[in-house]
Amino acid sequence: MSERPTVIAIEGLTKRFGEITAVDAVDLDLRENEFFALLGPSGCGKTTLLRMIAGFTGPDAGRILLDGRDMTPVRPNRRPVNLMFQSYALFPHMTVTQNIAYGLEMEGCGRDEIRRRVGEMLEMTELSPLKDRKPEHLSGGQRQRVALARALVKRPRVLLLDEPLGALDKKLREQMQLELKRMQHEVGITFVIVTHDQEEALVMADRIAVLKDGRVMQVGAPRELYEYPASRFVAGFIGKMNFFAGQGRGAEVAFGDGVLTGTAPGGVELAGPAVAAVRPERLRLAPQRPEGSLNAVPGRIVDIAYHGQDLNVHVEVRGAVDSAGGEAGARVLVRLPAGEAEEGDWQAGQDVWCCWAPAHTRVLAM
Amino acid sequence: MPRSLLRDWLLLGPGLTWLALFLVVPCGMLLVFAFFERGVYGGIDYIFTLENFSRAIDPLYLSIFLTSAKVAGLAAVIALLIGYPAAYAIARAPARRQTAYLVLVMLPFWSNYLIRTYAWIVLLNREGLVNKGLAGLGLVSEPLPLLYNEFAIVTGLVYNYLPFVVLAIYSSISRLNPEVLEASEDLGASAPRTFWRVTLPLTLPGVAAGAVFVFVLSIGNFITPDLLGGGRLQMVGNVIYDQFLTARDWPFGATLSFILIGIMMILLFSQAMLVRKAQGEGGIAHA
Repeated sequence: MSERPTVIAIEGLTKRFGEITAVDAVDLDLRENEFFALLGPSGCGKTTLLRMIAGFTGPDAGRILLDGRDMTPVRPNRRPVNLMFQSYALFPHMTVTQNIAYGLEMEGCGRDEIRRRVGEMLEMTELSPLKDRKPEHLSGGQRQRVALARALVKRPRVLLLDEPLGALDKKLREQMQLELKRMQHEVGITFVIVTHDQEEALVMADRIAVLKDGRVMQVGAPRELYEYPASRFVAGFIGKMNFFAGQGRGAEVAFGDGVLTGTAPGGVELAGPAVAAVRPERLRLAPQRPEGSLNAVPGRIVDIAYHGQDLNVHVEVRGAVDSAGGEAGARVLVRLPAGEAEEGDWQAGQDVWCCWAPAHTRVLAM
Repeated sequence: MPRSLLRDWLLLGPGLTWLALFLVVPCGMLLVFAFFERGVYGGIDYIFTLENFSRAIDPLYLSIFLTSAKVAGLAAVIALLIGYPAAYAIARAPARRQTAYLVLVMLPFWSNYLIRTYAWIVLLNREGLVNKGLAGLGLVSEPLPLLYNEFAIVTGLVYNYLPFVVLAIYSSISRLNPEVLEASEDLGASAPRTFWRVTLPLTLPGVAAGAVFVFVLSIGNFITPDLLGGGRLQMVGNVIYDQFLTARDWPFGATLSFILIGIMMILLFSQAMLVRKAQGEGGIAHA
């Protein structure tokens, strides 16, 4: 993926609103034909960043290069990028066809070309039967497709999507995640999506930038972020994670009576408070302390929940920190494949050892 | 009667009674008067006739209706041209300043209509502030004829009804979803094209409401034509006034009133239809 050429280069981009720095010296490369997600909790600056790429918000410092050209002085209507608004912002007085044709009319396309390209778009988004309807007579999912078609018909260099699935119900959202991915593939245009939903980003994106307080915490493929988080924040924000807090030494964390071994990002030598992080599905349970080099911590089972394909076992471990980040004595989540663990193997109240391989352990600064 | 219906009628009762007593009944009386002959010394002789209506479509009165419509139309158009940009500016101002601006718009209503109209005489007469100002600046050698003509009437009407236009359009613009305007720009439209293709069509209900308001209030107005027109330009309001109070021809005055009310009803109805249509379409913008 790294060999794809850059479309948009963001360099030291900063935006302040009064006291708050919404976007703080962000550097990012958006590449040709990729599905890129800006992921972060609300207020992390992801929407501001998107609006700056679209041109609706000007930077206080830094710049955005599109195909090498500085976009700073270029008005939104002159940028070869299109934004799909969170509210969809369809023109309520126009039909579906008129909404989609609008952008082409503004470009000064000929009537025949407009008809052809709008027709193609209606076809691709399966909106043909609804083409003469006004937005008020469309469902949420249909409006979303009109908004998408209206932006895509312009064949932008980059399509920006601001929480595109936020207004849809869960079932439709999951269906649209795959459909958006399919469409991105079909049109070969770079999609940049803003979302606070880490699952959505994992499912759809080729690469994800995790943002917090206006800063980019980490950029990488979903798997990279999931398996090798570079910070405590990313580890906790993406997926479920168990944390064991202690004193860090190199790639080890002193925990309880023993030491938990893992890998630290970029081979950084840690000294000071740190956590050993491990995914619930990497943990196994044992009645006794296992022999060998496995990491192991003792605890007591407090709850077992059957989830069909797996069994979620909650173990109370003194000194563990839950993924929300906090108090000691929190619960550790162990996810056992249902095929591996028979019902009745484990009981609430039982004393057990949670164990896992050092290879699956990330050692991160507190 | 279902309980909710009973409650609705109880709540509507006072308002409906008021309207029935002081609007429907007098209007009904007007309609009745229009079909009778005038009494020799004023009042009504209850002898059925259609003569009042045939007299009302006499070219003399038709031309008065047309003049009134022209003046009212002109006032409505000018009020829109002045009111729209003002309403736009207010609706786009920071929220905490909008209220202050709206209060300023309504400020003239704190003084009496007659006093405000007399103030215009002070401003517009040959020795008035406007003429003195223009002469002082050396822009005119002779005082301009600003008072006692159509210009003065239109100026007075625009001045009086402008706040309503601003309020009507303001409420339309403030309900616009700003993202819809951004979407237009994002799709390649310049600011003027966004205005013509998106902003104006979506605020048309406010424009129509404002325009109809000015037109309806202007066409029947008789004080402004009387004071600022100096009685030289007859509008239908003046004629009706004269029929009732000078000529003492109540039936004919009633007839003219009724025709005027008819014109207003048609306009208000059309405007209501337009609003209903636009509201149906505006579902998303208002959501």
